[in-house]
Amino acid sequence: MLLLRLLLKNAFRHKLRSALTLIGLVVAICAFGLLRTIVDAWYAGAEASASTRLVTRSAVSLTFPLPLSYGERIRAVQGVSGVSWANWFGGVYVTERNFFPQFAVDPTSYLALYPEYVLPNVQRQAFLRDRQGAIVGRKLADKFGWRVGDQIPLRGTIYPGIWSFTLRGIYNGVDASTDEQQLLFHWKYLSETIRQRPGANPARVDSVGVYIIGIREADDAALISQRIDALFRNSLAETLTETEKAFQLSFVSMSEAILVALQAVSLIIVVIIMAVMANTMTMTARERLAEYATLRVLGFSPGFVVRLLAAESLLIALVGGLLGIALTLPLAAFVGQAVGTLLPVFRVSELTLLLQLLAALLVGVVAAAWPAWRISRFDIVAGLRHVG
Amino acid sequence: MNAGADALPPPLIRIRALSKAYQRGAQHIPVLQGVDLDVQRGEFIALMGPSGSGKSTLLNLIAGIDQPDGGCIEIDGIDIAGLSEGELADWRAANVGFIFQFYNLLPVLSAAENIELPLLLTDLTRRQRRQHVDAVLAMVRLSDRAGHYPNELSGGQQQRVAIARALVSDPQLIVADEPTGDLDRVTGGEVLSLLAELHRQLGKTIVMVTHDPRAAERAERLVHLEKGVLVAGTAFGH
Repeated sequence: MLLLRLLLKNAFRHKLRSALTLIGLVVAICAFGLLRTIVDAWYAGAEASASTRLVTRSAVSLTFPLPLSYGERIRAVQGVSGVSWANWFGGVYVTERNFFPQFAVDPTSYLALYPEYVLPNVQRQAFLRDRQGAIVGRKLADKFGWRVGDQIPLRGTIYPGIWSFTLRGIYNGVDASTDEQQLLFHWKYLSETIRQRPGANPARVDSVGVYIIGIREADDAALISQRIDALFRNSLAETLTETEKAFQLSFVSMSEAILVALQAVSLIIVVIIMAVMANTMTMTARERLAEYATLRVLGFSPGFVVRLLAAESLLIALVGGLLGIALTLPLAAFVGQAVGTLLPVFRVSELTLLLQLLAALLVGVVAAAWPAWRISRFDIVAGLRHVG
Repeated sequence: MNAGADALPPPLIRIRALSKAYQRGAQHIPVLQGVDLDVQRGEFIALMGPSGSGKSTLLNLIAGIDQPDGGCIEIDGIDIAGLSEGELADWRAANVGFIFQFYNLLPVLSAAENIELPLLLTDLTRRQRRQHVDAVLAMVRLSDRAGHYPNELSGGQQQRVAIARALVSDPQLIVADEPTGDLDRVTGGEVLSLLAELHRQLGKTIVMVTHDPRAAERAERLVHLEKGVLVAGTAFGH
């Protein structure tokens, strides 16, 4: 009890110094957590992807469509349990700043492949019945204040004109990693509208952006991908099939340099606070040399004095770390709202919280290492003469 | 020089051919050279000498916080020069009480907590520790200041707390390095009276380093050091 009191009183003896060190730690741990969360958010699509889903796209480029007729042939491939398809719509809601993803999908097969989009049955049926209907994720609906029955006008960029959808349902993600910031509508509505336009390109009318393929066994993903691509080899539209995760990661890799930079910065911040705190602990140990010498004279071992200093360093680091972690959560919520649909899943993961705590403890250990090593070897007589 | 007497029982402190030197760069500075000294159990001796004579070094060696280069120091039959650092720490905790010139109290702990520190190295329960602390606080007449922090106490009171801390684990040997060096004459006199009183009442062996002849007169015997050699011993016969 007395030793605990000594530890606590020592840790906060210099109030200004302790406060400044704590502020530094809180900022560093918070920044570390936020930067990691941004990186996580970038990878969220890949993390949320299912191992039993494949994506087939044009081997040339994602911007090249595939024929609708491929669907039936893919369905016949051994190991395939379901096939759906989607087209990137790229519409604008009121202004470009309101960006969110919109996909024209085959509703029945698509929703069957994405059980993580939880939709009340009434709304599901209403959506399936209404060819001009659409569904959106909960976060997107909340952001724009949409309610079921509302009209959502989108200005087409890839498919010109004003497109109006009736909101028939709002889905919830099955967990926090599910994207709730997208709009899905009927592919047939898109296809038929284009078809009715004068001078419509028939190839474009029945074209598909990507096929989403459900497979029975995740382990067969590579084999089934090869089988699908083999089907269309030497055709006018060769395919490239990959797991949904690999497909999502191909987007992330476009900004890999930024992500590496963010990760580097998050580590540099921890190293900087390590140096700051090591300086604090070195000053502390130096000032208290006479006190440590007194403890040694009284019969306390060098190990005890080292533990006392290390515990003090760990205590400060732990307090700063916990405050930093506590601050990360509301700050991440704020940042998540600010970035909006740009990073649809923005949440502080359990791993990030754990890494923040470990980073704080590492700072405490490293900061104490040098002064602890010195006071483990100092001369008692010289220590007693020391004036702090 | 053997300051002991042949007819007396075995001394508590027996020092033979003790030498110690410091290395300052390339310079070899001898501090103690062939010191022989016996201190009887229950004796109160004062070590005097000019600055640099080696008296504090001798005190540190007796207290087991420094190691000699040669010779032997036996305390109660134990050659402490042969003990490891860990063994010396345990030995100090059990056998030596320290009184410093500048009190060396931990500023973040109260008087009672400072006094309790050495007892943390014993098997005493919290209640027993509390009882020991209360007892020594009463001895040094500071019971009413138990909860006060060092910066709330005068120099004399702080030194009395330090004396209580030195006594609380009931060591057989008390070493005091200039215990009145930071005090005015009146307060210093009070502290010395307290030391002498505790010596009489408790029969502790006290080795005190001092510059002050008046302080030295409170001891039973004065040992004089010059240039690392014992040059004279005076028995005051209190």
